[in-house]
Amino acid sequence: MNVASPATGRPGRSLLVLAVIMIALGGWMFISGNTSPQLGLDLQGGTSITLEPEVAPGEEGQITDESIDQAVNIIQQRVDGSGVVEASVSAQGSGDSAVIVVSVPGTAEGKLVEQLGQTASLAFRPVLATAPGTNVPQPAPSPEPSKTDKQGGGGNGGGNDGNNPQGNPGETAANPAVLPRLADGDGTGGNNNGGNQTAEPTPSPTPSTPDTGQTDAPITRPEQVDPKLQQQFQELDCAEDPRIGDDFNSGEAAIACDELGAFKYLLAPVAVEGANVDNAAAQIPAQGLGWVVTLDFDGDGTAAFGTTSTALAANIGEPPRDQFAIVLDGLVISAPGINEPILGGQAEISGDFTQQEATDLANVLKYGALPLSFTTAELQTVSPTLGEDQLQAGLIAGALGLVLVVVYLLLYYRALALVAVLSLVVAGLLVYGCVVLLGETLGFSLTLAGVAGLIVAIGITADSFIVYFERIRDEVREGRTMRVALEAGWTRAKRTIIAADFISLIAAVVLYVLSVGNVRGFAFTLGLTTVIDLLVVFLFTKPVVSILAKTKFFQSGSKWSGLSPERLGAKRAVGTKSTVASRRRAETEGA
Amino acid sequence: MSRIGDIAAGLYKGEVSFDFVGRWRQWYIISAVLLVLSLSALFVNSLQFGVEFEGGSVLTVSSESCSVEEARDAAADALGSEMVPIVTELNSSSGRSLRIQTEALTGTQTNDVTDALADVCGVTAAADISAQVIGPSWGEQITQKALTGLVVFLVAIVIYLSVMFEWRMAVGALIALFHDVFITVGIYALVGFEVTPATVIGVLTILGYSLYDTVVVFDKVKENTKGLAGGSRMTYSEAANLAVNQSLIRSINTSVVGLLPVAALLFVGAYVLGAGTLKDLALALFVGIAVGTYSSIFIATPVVAQLKEREPAMQALSKRVAARRVSRGGSAPTIAQSAAGSDGAPNADAEGDTGSVATQPKPRPSSGPRNQPKRSKKRKRK
Repeated sequence: MNVASPATGRPGRSLLVLAVIMIALGGWMFISGNTSPQLGLDLQGGTSITLEPEVAPGEEGQITDESIDQAVNIIQQRVDGSGVVEASVSAQGSGDSAVIVVSVPGTAEGKLVEQLGQTASLAFRPVLATAPGTNVPQPAPSPEPSKTDKQGGGGNGGGNDGNNPQGNPGETAANPAVLPRLADGDGTGGNNNGGNQTAEPTPSPTPSTPDTGQTDAPITRPEQVDPKLQQQFQELDCAEDPRIGDDFNSGEAAIACDELGAFKYLLAPVAVEGANVDNAAAQIPAQGLGWVVTLDFDGDGTAAFGTTSTALAANIGEPPRDQFAIVLDGLVISAPGINEPILGGQAEISGDFTQQEATDLANVLKYGALPLSFTTAELQTVSPTLGEDQLQAGLIAGALGLVLVVVYLLLYYRALALVAVLSLVVAGLLVYGCVVLLGETLGFSLTLAGVAGLIVAIGITADSFIVYFERIRDEVREGRTMRVALEAGWTRAKRTIIAADFISLIAAVVLYVLSVGNVRGFAFTLGLTTVIDLLVVFLFTKPVVSILAKTKFFQSGSKWSGLSPERLGAKRAVGTKSTVASRRRAETEGA
Repeated sequence: MSRIGDIAAGLYKGEVSFDFVGRWRQWYIISAVLLVLSLSALFVNSLQFGVEFEGGSVLTVSSESCSVEEARDAAADALGSEMVPIVTELNSSSGRSLRIQTEALTGTQTNDVTDALADVCGVTAAADISAQVIGPSWGEQITQKALTGLVVFLVAIVIYLSVMFEWRMAVGALIALFHDVFITVGIYALVGFEVTPATVIGVLTILGYSLYDTVVVFDKVKENTKGLAGGSRMTYSEAANLAVNQSLIRSINTSVVGLLPVAALLFVGAYVLGAGTLKDLALALFVGIAVGTYSSIFIATPVVAQLKEREPAMQALSKRVAARRVSRGGSAPTIAQSAAGSDGAPNADAEGDTGSVATQPKPRPSSGPRNQPKRSKKRKRK
């Protein structure tokens, strides 16, 4: 039963491997300058929003990993675009039960939450009529949907100073109110512009449509709309029912309010879907002064936008029938007027935008159409005060628990406990390093549930040492010498530790894969600590015990070693009160 | 210290032996009583499900000044509907706070209420107010996922235990597992804490812990019963009982070491923080770890032993052991007696003193396979 000999050569190498791992972790932390773990929102304060895909009955198959990934990207870009730093967007779960979690650290912004709610459908609808949003008479003749407060013609500069050779078609005169304008953004589109010019004089299809009465004829006048809807439009009070626009399908005319509820709109059926927007960006054009939003359509979008803008261009001078409403989730985000037919698939919205407004609008245009629509399943805002309290409580609990465990181990295992305590320290350092590393690379953040998981892990990690130490003691009781006992105890303890840790690993993996939110964070720490537990027991505890076994202190079975044969009631010590005798015997046996 | 050392040594060698397996009736009755108590606790004090499961909004305002009524009125005004917010006061060492619970709010409504509360309580919305909104279907989803996870986990565990050990141990482990979870949930109901996702995490951890602890004991049982059927030294129940006794110190140490940090967590969670994740989690864990250790010893192992004793091979073994004892010691304890005897020390060579705590010094050279109880009865003292 001499297990000792093959194993005795290894402790140095194991410790070396562990040292390399720890130095690598430490070095990485030092080089990257990132030495503290990423804290979850419940510990540092912040907002987390869980979005759940909404599936219409019969469309269950829509939620695929692909569509979820796409949505995650869009939401991430939208959140980043809104200027919120360090926001993270991630998908959790899979298939029909997948959700998207958006985490925004720091003080919460109500605006972001609202913006994330705007995730459903983006569409362009020609405007048929507008009126003040409440039925109180208002003097404003024309809506000003893009929240611009400043008056003046500066906003038109973008349209004029673009590469558009047409120059200013004089919309300031045509539309005295400051209204965002849609211009052809196709710099190289000389042909198109030429075409526009020729297209403009062509009689607009408007007059003919009422006569045909065909369903497929474009609706361009309020009179063409179902009288019931007209009635509804007249009676609509945006203060009471701001989300009325949600109720309409894309194929029918609609009524909607703007974001502020200041204006209500009667809108034609959807002309271009938001999905047909290829790209949108906020920029100051060359030689331009103000911010504009440029828009690129894809193939279908170009054609559809061309047709509709041509029709609208015929109404220039008859506001609001030359306006194109950008409708997001039933709200009119902006309703720029058309300057000219836009056939090249590139448009430019100018208005009196601030940089922020232009960026917001571009984001909505670019990312507005998600492949899925979402509802807010959970919203959690933790104030930094509460977060700090919770972190502190977690740390206090952890420290207190650790001290209690160390005291207990020292009382019971004496010198051997030092190995256990050192092992816990090594495990603690490894866990810390891994949490920092994973926070940096995988975006893993430590939540309160995760901290609780770590505290529980103290017990489970210490159990590995206890299993080992008890096995060694059993071997000593069998009367084996220290060195033999340490090795024989190890071969048996090893099996138990692996079998038991495997259970924890199964639990961690199953919970991680199948759950969401806090449970997931907890499962992750459980799995991480279990792996580290194995690593530490194999690469640290066992080698250190092997090395200690060679010291006189342990070989002699001092009563402070925690492995004193007499104290353990070993067979060799039977009937002897003399420690010398037992020591000698142990030595001869060990030799 | 040396006292414990003596006891530990005695336990290991079977000199000091607690009859865990033989007195199964006693343990089963204790557990049955606990289970009935848990069940009645669940009936009387049904579980309080938190807002996370029911759907709704909770806002927490850290403020020393504003009263419950002020906060309720402010919130009700901001919502302007028939919704009546439920406002409760929370006091902890980290300060006083108000908890305002309403139906699930939209983003805009949440902002409105937050602003109104900040106004009336004289605090800043961003720094001192926390909000939580849970859609009505979300709790169902979480529960659904937790249950799915549970089923998959249990199936995985049964397969693992059946392969690594044997199906009887899988059965024993599962019975112990349900025992633990049921009692924990019952105590949770009794205390009246709210069931939150943290509670679910706690219960899931107990599943893992209960099994972990059971596996450690089973591993020793497996080791002790290896090749047992071929001999006639002791019955399966006796070997299993010895295994439990031999790992008893480990079990005690492990549960103490496991419970100490959780106790710290419970204390800090309940008294320092007042409410929240830590407290809910720690209570579930504290009860679960204690019950988990108990069930590994008193429930899981006896169940396995009983299942095993039904095997023809083990019955034959029992007969051989009995016969051997008759021929050796004259007295012929039946298996049941031997197992249920007051001490039931599974001495291989019982020599007529089955069950007595090693008081007869009978020096004999220690021979026989390792880990089998020796009949050397010398008390060791320093």
